[in-house]
Amino acid sequence: MGESGRKDRQLQVEAIRRGTVIDHVPAGNGIKIVHRVQKLSPTARLTVGLNLPSGQMGSKDLVKVDDWLFTEEQAYELALFAPEATINVIDDYRVVNKFKMSLPDTVQGVFDCPNSNCISHNEPVQSHFHVMQEGDHVALRCHYCERKFRDTLFN
Amino acid sequence: MASNRRILFPGTGPEFRPTTPVVCRQIQNRTGTGYTGAQMTLDHAMPNLLYNKDIVSITDLSPEALEYIVQTAERIKAGAVRPWLADRVLASCFFEASTRTRLSFETAVHRMGGQLIGFSDGGNTSAKKGESLADTIRMIASYTDAIIMRHPQEGAARLASEFSSVPIINGGDGANQHPTQTLLDLFSIYECQGTLENLSIALVGDLKYGRTVHSLALALARFGCTFRLISPDALTMPDYLLEELSAQGAYYERSSSLESVIPEVDVVYMTRVQKERFDPTEYMHLASDYILRADMLSNAQPHLRVLHPLPRVDEIDVSVDSTPFAYYFTQAENGVYARMALLALILNEDLGEVMNG
Repeated sequence: MGESGRKDRQLQVEAIRRGTVIDHVPAGNGIKIVHRVQKLSPTARLTVGLNLPSGQMGSKDLVKVDDWLFTEEQAYELALFAPEATINVIDDYRVVNKFKMSLPDTVQGVFDCPNSNCISHNEPVQSHFHVMQEGDHVALRCHYCERKFRDTLFN
Repeated sequence: MASNRRILFPGTGPEFRPTTPVVCRQIQNRTGTGYTGAQMTLDHAMPNLLYNKDIVSITDLSPEALEYIVQTAERIKAGAVRPWLADRVLASCFFEASTRTRLSFETAVHRMGGQLIGFSDGGNTSAKKGESLADTIRMIASYTDAIIMRHPQEGAARLASEFSSVPIINGGDGANQHPTQTLLDLFSIYECQGTLENLSIALVGDLKYGRTVHSLALALARFGCTFRLISPDALTMPDYLLEELSAQGAYYERSSSLESVIPEVDVVYMTRVQKERFDPTEYMHLASDYILRADMLSNAQPHLRVLHPLPRVDEIDVSVDSTPFAYYFTQAENGVYARMALLALILNEDLGEVMNG
């Protein structure tokens, strides 16, 4: 963060006045991000760019969320789907906060445990997973029932 | 951010503080086997790693803690018992019936002078009225010094440990964990082999669904043991477990014949191949490959021992019972000593002079 000013050259889509830009999403994962953001807030105003040319990545997806300044916590939730993404929080056309995504150690309260016999379903606790990188995919191990699931189960 | 990144470590009880050391005696070398591997040498002063801990999953316990429990169990079995639970009230909460586990836990408590409250199945509990497990546990914890529990749902013990102000001892949570079974298996192996390190173990039967063999294999892998896996094709050990064994550097190999691996192994751990998993003809055909008979043990090393978590049906022929290799009844008896050791260590910071070999 701290990088002030707008860089018109960077944002191919129209710059936003206030909101959050999720950039450098691996091409193909933008839709998953949209899906997550919509779960967090069904009324969020979104602009989506898919398969945009990117110097670093070849092609990338990009999601802009108007009028919503992401907290770091909200940003980390999305990291599961795009560990390499950058999140720019923008106010008055300026980047006021910038997070480089990295996989969180744990994910709590985001998705239910796929094991229907897991105790977390009917008790006053949030779901809770430990995140593990396994080769080219991410696995989540339920903190309670200790079962391990591929990230694809949660999309 | 903070709550999202929080990692809840197992054993959320009070912080462990080193205190008066409990000294375990050094382990004797196994004799007559030509065994030259590393020995556990815990003759130095060791703090009580178990004091006030929850025991939810076998993986919560370090190899040091496992050795510590096993050595304490050995001392207790040799007669070093004190009323370590006198003036304590423990809860025995079986939300799902399990006669063997419950009776051996309750025997362990009584043998050390403790008092028990609880129930032997979920039928008459407030869970029936819709109370959450969290509330039930919070309430019972306020009455007692520790809670032994079994529950039909996976993760119940971990959840309980987060709501309980006293240690939780998991006596089985659904298909997930049953750490005290693993402890008694480890104790039995240690007792009959003199070590847990670098042993060659044959795991036989249902290696797919049996959580007993899963946790045992993972625990033994940490001691450098190697595995021969003998099971029907439909009941082989799941890949994720094999991956975990490999990740721990453990060597394993599938074998098709039980008899052929017998001369090479120290321990044969038998499990039951459940009839329900096969159609009758298929079962008849394959079950015979996973039945151990006395004549198959003629080429066994003298120190080989046969273990089985019980109940057995026909996978160990009764002809084996009278051989020196049979160890499964001793193993069942050891359940009480292993649970005594565990409870004594959780509820006492220092077991005192009696543990000094």
